[in-house]
Amino acid sequence: MFTDDAGKGGISAGGPGNSAESNRRTGGDLVQLITPGGERVSHPEFDPWLQDVTDEQLGALYEDMVVIRRIDAEATALQRQGELALWPPLLGQEASQIGSARALRDDDFVFPSYRDNGVAYCRGVNPEDIVKAWRGNALAGWDPYTVNVATQQIIIGAQSLHATGYAMGIQNDGADSVAVAYFGDGATSEGDVNEAMVFAASFQAPVVFFCQNNHWAISEPVRLQSHIQIADRAAGFGIPSMRVDGNDVLAVMAATRIALDRARHGGGPTFIEAVTYRMGPHTTADDPTRYRDANELEDWAAKDPIARLKTLLERKGLLPEELEATVAAAADAVAKALRSGTINMPDPAPMDIFKHVYSTPNSSLDRQQDHYSRYLASFGDPAEAATEEGAR
Amino acid sequence: MTQMTFARAINSGLRKSLENDPKVVLMGEDIGALGGVFRVTDGLQKDFGKHRVVDTPLAESGIMGTAVGLAYRGYRPVVEIQFDGFIYPAFDQIVSQVAKMHYRTQGAVKMPITIRVPFGGGIGSPEHHSESPEAYFTHTSGLRVVSVSNPQDAHTMIQQAIASDDPVLYFEPKRRYHDKGEVDETLDLGAALSLEKARVVTEGTDVTLVAYGPLVKTAKDAALAAADEGVSVEVIDLRSLAPVDFATLEASVRKTGRLVITHEASQTGGLGAEVAASITERCFYHLEAAPVRITGFDVPYPYSKLEMHHLPGLDRILDGVDRALGRPNSLSGLEG
Repeated sequence: MFTDDAGKGGISAGGPGNSAESNRRTGGDLVQLITPGGERVSHPEFDPWLQDVTDEQLGALYEDMVVIRRIDAEATALQRQGELALWPPLLGQEASQIGSARALRDDDFVFPSYRDNGVAYCRGVNPEDIVKAWRGNALAGWDPYTVNVATQQIIIGAQSLHATGYAMGIQNDGADSVAVAYFGDGATSEGDVNEAMVFAASFQAPVVFFCQNNHWAISEPVRLQSHIQIADRAAGFGIPSMRVDGNDVLAVMAATRIALDRARHGGGPTFIEAVTYRMGPHTTADDPTRYRDANELEDWAAKDPIARLKTLLERKGLLPEELEATVAAAADAVAKALRSGTINMPDPAPMDIFKHVYSTPNSSLDRQQDHYSRYLASFGDPAEAATEEGAR
Repeated sequence: MTQMTFARAINSGLRKSLENDPKVVLMGEDIGALGGVFRVTDGLQKDFGKHRVVDTPLAESGIMGTAVGLAYRGYRPVVEIQFDGFIYPAFDQIVSQVAKMHYRTQGAVKMPITIRVPFGGGIGSPEHHSESPEAYFTHTSGLRVVSVSNPQDAHTMIQQAIASDDPVLYFEPKRRYHDKGEVDETLDLGAALSLEKARVVTEGTDVTLVAYGPLVKTAKDAALAAADEGVSVEVIDLRSLAPVDFATLEASVRKTGRLVITHEASQTGGLGAEVAASITERCFYHLEAAPVRITGFDVPYPYSKLEMHHLPGLDRILDGVDRALGRPNSLSGLEG
C-alpha cells in the first residue's frame, strides 16, 4: 500500500517526480500496534518492519523511554530550582521520539526542534549538553557533526528546509543516508514546512518529515492549524504519508523504518504524523490551565506511551523485577549526572561573546572586542572584571 | 585582459568557481536553461549539469533554507535572488539561520553561502525590481556584505565571496550589467585586493566622496566635473559594506577633512549614517564640515517616471560636494 513508485530522482526536478501519483496512499486510519491497554495487535503492513525487534530490544525501548522521562522531570525540577532558565517538557511524547530515533542509522542526519530532547538523547548527546542552552551557557549544546544531529531549532519549521537541503546534498553525493526533519503540528502552518515539501517532492529528496502532532502549539489547538488531518496534507504535495499512534513506540518505529527505506532506495520523501499529546506545559513558563480542559489531560493520561509498553512487557513476562530495578537505576544515574553536570557547568568567559561570529577576522567586530576588553581591563584585576558585577 | 560586460564578468567568475570546487552549487529561479533573467548564469547549466546549476521552485525561503542544508552537508551554495525586492521571503532564513549558524554552533557548522542580489534602480522597472535592501543585511551580525562596481571586481569578488567560509551577500548593480570593461581572468585571487577592502578609485585632496555599486561610476563622473571647477574629489569605492574598511576611509578623510557619502538606498538608518557616525567618531578633529549624505529619499521605491529624482545623480552629488566645501549650494542659507 505504501507504494514506492516515485523512481529515482536527481537533484534536478522533472522526470518521474512530476508524474501523477494518485495511487500513493495518504494518511488514512491511525495505525496502532500496541493498544493503550498494552495489547499487541497485528498489522499486515507494519508487522514485517518489526520482525527483527527482539524481546531484549523491546526492553531497551522501554528503558529509553523511562530514562528520557526522568531526564525531562529532572530538567523541569532544575528549572524550578533556578538552575535552568527555561525547559520545554516532552512528557507524553516519549514513544514518538524514541521509536523514530531508534529506527535511524548513525549516518542519517536529524534536524530537530527544541522539544526533541528524546531524539538527541538517543543519538548520543550527553544529557548535560541537552540542557546547556536552557541554562544560558551556550546557544546550542553540541557539535552537530559528532552525533549527526543539528542543533535544536527554535524558529518554528525552519529546520524542515535544512533537512531537505541536506537531503539534496546526500542525493548529489550518491549516498544512501536520510535526513529527518522533526517538527510539530503548529509548524505545518509555517511557509517553510510547506516550501520544504515542495522542494522535497520536486527533487525527490531522501528526507522524512516527522511531525509530532501533540495537539497544542502553546495555547492553540491543532484544529486552528489544520482543517483536515495533518497527514492528509502531504498528498497535495505528492508526498506519501502515514498517520500513526504517536504513543505507540512500535507503530512509530515501523512507520519510520518504512519511510527511511523508501528514501534510501530513491523513493523520495515521506510525511509521518505521529499523533501524540503534550502532557506538560509548552515550556516551564507556560500555564496550560488557562486554555485546556483537565478532562482532555485525563483522557490522554490513559493512553500513556510508557504505561502501555510496560503492560505489554509484563504480559509477555519480559519485565522481571530485576529488569525493572535496572531500568530505575539507569534513570536515577542519568538524572544524578544531569543534576551535577548542570550545577557544576562552568560559566562562559565574558570575551566568549565575540567568538565565532565570523570564521575569519572582521575589522569592525575586532575593534569592538578590543574596546570592550580595554573596558574590562579598566577595572584592574581581570579576574574581578570578569565577574558579573565587574562586567557592567 | 579581455573586454567583457559586467554580467559576463560575473558569469566567468562563477564558471571558474564551479570548475575549481566540486562543492560549489548554483541555485535559483530561472538560472538554468534561461541563464537567469539577466543572463548572468548563461550556459552554466549546459556545461555543469542540472545537479550543479539548479533551477529551484519559486520560493525564496525554500531556496535559502535548502542552501543552509546543503552548506550543512559541506556544499558551497551560490544563491541567486532574482531581484532585490524578492529577497524578503528569504529574510528569516538569512537573518535567523545563515547569519547565526556559525555563532550558534561555536564554529562547528560553517555557512559558506553566497547570495547574489541584482539591486538598485535606473532601469524603468515595475515595483519590487529596483530596491537597495543592503542596510538590512549590514545591520545583521554574521553576514559579510559586498557590492561591486566594475567588471574586474565583479569577476574577482564573486570568486572571493564563494571561497569565503562566511556567508556573503553580493550586490550586483543591475543597471551596470551591460557596461563593458577590461577583465583579467587570470588574476590570482590571493594577490587581488581582499574582499573586505575599499579602494580609492580617484585620488583627490579637497573632499572624500564614498560610493558603492552603481553609484561609483556616477561619483567618478562627478569628480571629473568637479575638477573642471578646480575642486579635487577623492572617490572611494567602498566594495565591502560589512565590514566597512574604515582604515581606508579614515586615511582619506584625515587628508581631505570633508566627507560625502552617496547611495541609492533610503537615508534613515542607511549605510551613509553608519559611515558618517563612525568617521565622525574616529576623525572628528580632522573634519572641517559635517558629513553629507546624498541618498535616495525615505520613500518606497517610486514609479519609474520619478526614479531619476530618487536616485542620486551627478548634479545632486556635486551639490553635496559644494555643501561639504561650504560653497554656494541648494541649501545655502538654511540652518542645519
